[in-house]
Amino acid sequence: MEEIVLETQNLTVYYDGRPAIEGISMKIPRRRITAIIGPSGCGKSTLLRCFNRMNDLIPSARVTGRVLFEGLDLYSSDVDVVEVRRRIGMVFQKPNPFPKSIYENVAFGPRIQGIRDRRKLDEIVERCLRAAALWDEVKDKLHQNALTLSGGQQQRLCIARALATEPEVLLMDEPASALDPIATMKIEDLMRELAREYTIVIVTHNMQQAARVSDYTAFMLAGEDRVGRLIEFGPTQQIFTRPRDRRTEDYITGRFG
Amino acid sequence: MGHRQRREMLGKLFEGIALAATVFGLLVLAFLLLDVARRGLGVLSWSFLTSYPSRFPERAGIRSALLGTIWVMALTALFAVPLGVAAAIYLEEYAPRNRLTRLIELNINNLAGVPSIIYGLLGLELFVRAMRLERSILAGALTLSLLILPILITASREALRAVPMSLREAAFALGATRWQVIRHQVLPVAFPGILTGMILALSRAIGETAPLITIGALTFIAFDPKSPFDKFTVLPIQIFNWVSRPQAGFHARAAGAILVLLAVLLSMNGLAIYLRYRLQRRYQW
Amino acid sequence: MGLSARSAVEISTARLQRGMAARWREWGELAVQALLFFAAMVSVFTTIGIVAVLLVEALPFFQQVSLKDFLLDPQWTPLFAQKHFGIMPLVAGTFLTSAVALALAMPVGMLSAIYLSEYASPRVRAVLKPALEILAGIPTVVYGYFALLTVTPLLKQIIPDLETFNALSAGLTMGVMIIPLISSLSEDALYAVPSSLREAAYALGATRLEVAVRVVIPAALSGIVASFILAASRAVGETMIVAIAAGQRPTLTLDPRRAIETMTAYIVQVSLGDTPHSTLEFRTIFAVGLVLFLITLVLNLIAIRIIERYREVYR
Repeated sequence: MEEIVLETQNLTVYYDGRPAIEGISMKIPRRRITAIIGPSGCGKSTLLRCFNRMNDLIPSARVTGRVLFEGLDLYSSDVDVVEVRRRIGMVFQKPNPFPKSIYENVAFGPRIQGIRDRRKLDEIVERCLRAAALWDEVKDKLHQNALTLSGGQQQRLCIARALATEPEVLLMDEPASALDPIATMKIEDLMRELAREYTIVIVTHNMQQAARVSDYTAFMLAGEDRVGRLIEFGPTQQIFTRPRDRRTEDYITGRFG
Repeated sequence: MGHRQRREMLGKLFEGIALAATVFGLLVLAFLLLDVARRGLGVLSWSFLTSYPSRFPERAGIRSALLGTIWVMALTALFAVPLGVAAAIYLEEYAPRNRLTRLIELNINNLAGVPSIIYGLLGLELFVRAMRLERSILAGALTLSLLILPILITASREALRAVPMSLREAAFALGATRWQVIRHQVLPVAFPGILTGMILALSRAIGETAPLITIGALTFIAFDPKSPFDKFTVLPIQIFNWVSRPQAGFHARAAGAILVLLAVLLSMNGLAIYLRYRLQRRYQW
Repeated sequence: MGLSARSAVEISTARLQRGMAARWREWGELAVQALLFFAAMVSVFTTIGIVAVLLVEALPFFQQVSLKDFLLDPQWTPLFAQKHFGIMPLVAGTFLTSAVALALAMPVGMLSAIYLSEYASPRVRAVLKPALEILAGIPTVVYGYFALLTVTPLLKQIIPDLETFNALSAGLTMGVMIIPLISSLSEDALYAVPSSLREAAYALGATRLEVAVRVVIPAALSGIVASFILAASRAVGETMIVAIAAGQRPTLTLDPRRAIETMTAYIVQVSLGDTPHSTLEFRTIFAVGLVLFLITLVLNLIAIRIIERYREVYR
């Protein structure tokens, strides 16, 4: 039986009083890649953002249910949200590097934690850029503006930046959807490499990507009431060859979405 | 001539009139500038810049007015800019959407439309009398700060709003606190816009006359101000004083002073445009 | 691999809970937020300050001068031996100069707005629109100089019995100054009208002028009206142009060729003099200021209300 690092219990998110996702209960296994798939609008990103409490930033959002990280409810009142976000990192759909140098992008996370020693920062920057398979391409231009990099490189930079706070979990919200096929392939290879150390949860609307890359898959769907629910969760093999729910099968075989 | 052609001609005529109206103001402006130049260019000289005002037009200069303007502007910037930027940050980054926030925003909107002389009355009672600052540079600067605060806040808010949300999200996701996000990511990117807004607000302040007259800035100062507590005069007040005299000599002096004032304004606005261009290239999207 | 030798399994969740460091951090954040909040509240304090200052000084004034006299006495002579405290002449002066200014600025501003919005190409618009803004950036004391020393002599040639200080020159000059206010705001209102409305009218065979007058202007009417009201408020509050060129003789008249005194110019006149501070005569500037403040407040609030309403329409 797999070890569970993240778990939701009856998780519901309301925007302005209306539920966007409802009753989600799922378990994310440690050091595996878990994909969340489903048609657009089913609440995949909303669910993902619960794991690092990014929904807190939306004033009209309200969360009920529990989100457990190593057994601790992330939404309990004595939890330090800043520490949560350091331990659970996020990479966004459109690469969003800071308009600073490549070095400063990666160093930002450690810097705001108080690490000022130049050599320590140098070491962290190199380590994370290597882990993101970007070091060789940028090692001679660390102080160049990050926006001069290509889209795929920027996204890998964002991954390196997220790794710099030494997280245990990496949340990825459609990380390759804004990239070309070659860059996408590089990101997927990188994900498999990173899964050796980190737990990865990826939201994707690309089924083939989910099938290629993930160990476990969660399928979400919004009903006529436009509320997203978890339909099925299981090993990727099983979801894609022997789905248990009719709706999962319809989605996989392309009947809708 | 058919009905259709008549309508077309009417349209063309109208277009001509509308264009004339559009350039009318510009023509008046050109006329005004030419007139000022005609009367004032001959007056400009080094001694004009370095002499004190005098009973004799030939000897009158703008030294004290110019120094007073510099002093007042510097102090106004010192008070208004941090206050205005701070208020803008609060309203854009922290304020919840509730009645108090609406009240603050309504206040700012309204204050932008209050006549400047009313600020003079406020400054007179609050700064000159209640706080006993007398008719000093400090009182004048504080009064002008309140005057330009709404402009500063509005311009700064726009600069902050232009920073994309994705930048803030990336910083939050790395475990930054709200102030860290603002200080390290949002402010540096919004800086060119804020700077431009600051220069525009100050260029508005530099031309203000009425509130400073009301707080008691004098019209005849024959010394260099040496501290914020000194009495003072400013360039627009000096212009006002000379214009109000009957002698043509003083009118020429007024025109010269106007040329200096316009030159200062032109350089400030030019600087704002230049800085905006240079700094924006660093943060290209 | 080089990553920290921390066991991935045995991670203490205790650090996730808010310890001392977290509490310090949160207090710091709260302090910053409080400071920023106070900065934002300065605007509210300013408004309170203005109202308080005006009332504190105007109330003693009204204890000595009845409201009836203040509003109905046709003479304003507080600085003379025979004192009258009727504000009507000052209000009339303000009204006269503002009316002249608006009579110039409204048509010219509207025509500019229509031209820029409906006729001008984007390139022409990009040049003319900022150029017009320059008019708004010229200090008013410069306009005052222009009004007294250039416009008045010019007008005297056309109107021989024009007084040296008169409402006409000041009003016209003020009008030029507020043209950009009307043209800019009206143009924004016109521009905001969806092009689908225009296209429908063109499709029915209307000319550009007809589309502008029959379709676009009515649709943008509230924005245009708001710009007029704001321009009026600006004209009422204007000080230096009228102080220099309109005169210091409170006169109850509608003849723009005569010298008058506006509310704002009166305040300047007293401020330049040496009337002692805590006297009835000095307090008149606060009574006048109060009236001025109320007039511009009402005008501004109406305009803001209208602008908000028409922004709602195009959501």
